[in-house]
Amino acid sequence: MLQLIGVNKVFNAGTVNEKVALTDINLDVKPGDFITIIGSNGAGKSTLFNMISGYFYSDSGNIILDGKDITLLPEHIRAKSIGRLFQDPMLGSAPGMTIEENLALAAGHGGWFSHISKKDKSLFREKLALLDMGLEDRMKQPVGLLSGGQRQALTLLMATMNPPKLLLLDEHTAALDPATADKVMEITKNVVEEENLTCMMITHNMGAALEFGNRTIMMDSGKIILDIEGETREKCTVDDLLNEFKQRAGESLDNDRMLLSK
Amino acid sequence: MDMSSILPLLQNATELGLICSLTVLALYLSYSMLNVCDLSTDGCYTLGAVVGGMVVLQGHPYLAILAAMGAGILSGLLTAFLQTYMGIDSLLAGIIVNTGLWSINIHIMGGKSLLNLFGKDTVFSIAKNAFKDTPVHEYSNLIVIAGFVILAVIFLSLFLKTRLGLAIRATGNNPAMVKSSSINPAIITIIGLGVANAFTALSGCLMGQSLKSFDINIGTGMVTIALASLLIGHTFFGKRSITTRAIGVVIGSVIFRLVYALALRMDIPSYMLRLVSSVIVIIFIAVPYLKKQFPLLTRRMSVASKRRAK
Repeated sequence: MLQLIGVNKVFNAGTVNEKVALTDINLDVKPGDFITIIGSNGAGKSTLFNMISGYFYSDSGNIILDGKDITLLPEHIRAKSIGRLFQDPMLGSAPGMTIEENLALAAGHGGWFSHISKKDKSLFREKLALLDMGLEDRMKQPVGLLSGGQRQALTLLMATMNPPKLLLLDEHTAALDPATADKVMEITKNVVEEENLTCMMITHNMGAALEFGNRTIMMDSGKIILDIEGETREKCTVDDLLNEFKQRAGESLDNDRMLLSK
Repeated sequence: MDMSSILPLLQNATELGLICSLTVLALYLSYSMLNVCDLSTDGCYTLGAVVGGMVVLQGHPYLAILAAMGAGILSGLLTAFLQTYMGIDSLLAGIIVNTGLWSINIHIMGGKSLLNLFGKDTVFSIAKNAFKDTPVHEYSNLIVIAGFVILAVIFLSLFLKTRLGLAIRATGNNPAMVKSSSINPAIITIIGLGVANAFTALSGCLMGQSLKSFDINIGTGMVTIALASLLIGHTFFGKRSITTRAIGVVIGSVIFRLVYALALRMDIPSYMLRLVSSVIVIIFIAVPYLKKQFPLLTRRMSVASKRRAK
């Protein structure tokens, strides 16, 4: 499905600010995998996503998606097969445009000079109703009026409107209040199951990392230091994860948010 | 002031306002929608007047309009290309193209800086003949210009609701979201500025044909004048639908010219036009900003006065 082969990334190479972000990352994501990713601040989790989505390019190594080498493809081309959600709910939608218009742009149906069709409108209405947030009756309202949770749910809908081959979730519930976060997470789970998406999710919540998905990766200093699935993962507890981290990284986890949400 | 002298004055101001409103509509597309401040506007307006004028001299007033719009599109594509693929800041790209166009415009006029269309057919002279024996013959210019403006407004309000139009608006609103919709925002910027500059050049072409004699400075200050009109329009119709706002900026352009025409009657010299437009732009951008800052300022002042009281 997705293969990372020897991927490296260094920021500001050759300057005093040099920062090694990713070192020799090798990862093989199988079709239908739901991988949760944890790690301390600056471990390279978001850099990994930026690399896969094409926000910036790797210094070396190859990224293969569905048998096709996408290492040098620009972001908007990769977006056809990769959907992405960020921690900031404001990033995924255009605030000055209506819900309907945002969805239409994400759906990309019809020609460049076509208007939003009736068929699309009823499709959007149907999909919005699934969110159970009352958005289906507010389709003509600008997205800027929505709450963070509503916008994130809408972004999720936009990202999966044309089911992507790979869905990247970068702490997409971290900025929401607990109740809304649960709801968005539930919607996420449903969408991923229904469309049978391959999914990678960064989270700071160790409980969630073990609860959701079928595989968990731990990162530190630009390396993957733990990769568990199947039985090993089922037996694993949050404390095991913390101990595992201490052993492998040679230091305690320095992510306060992660420890607090333990 | 007697009415017989003021009516033609108002009619003339309305005509000017409507011709310039095409440039305002161009900025509505580039500045309000695409969020690019296109400083090549002055040069592109002149380009439209000059290219159109040269074709009028060949005896083709209709073709002149198409040629001017074509030239405007090329100019817009270039400005956008510089800022999307050549790494040049968008403001700087506009200024560079504007500067380059000055030479190109003079070159098109055959090395002269003045163009005379006297004795040649223009869209306005043709309309004047066509309406000669009708009761509206006095308003033939107005009818022609209004026709163009209405077409432009209809085009824009339909265009901005197409998928391409949505992409243009989203590019100005949230370029990251455009990329995640698998659309290249650079291409969208290029198309958007191409369309916008077609309108700017059309505006210049019509102005040239109506003046019949103009020089290289016909477009100087247009970007500020158009921006002033745009902001006046947005003040009245800011948070409405796309179409209402488009109509709003046309009205803004006419209001600007009407107020200005009345100011002229009060012995303000005509060279003050550009200063007035500058001041309007400053006021309309600074006042909303200061309004936001005001609560903070009053808090600071009350804290300072309390401290002094101690």
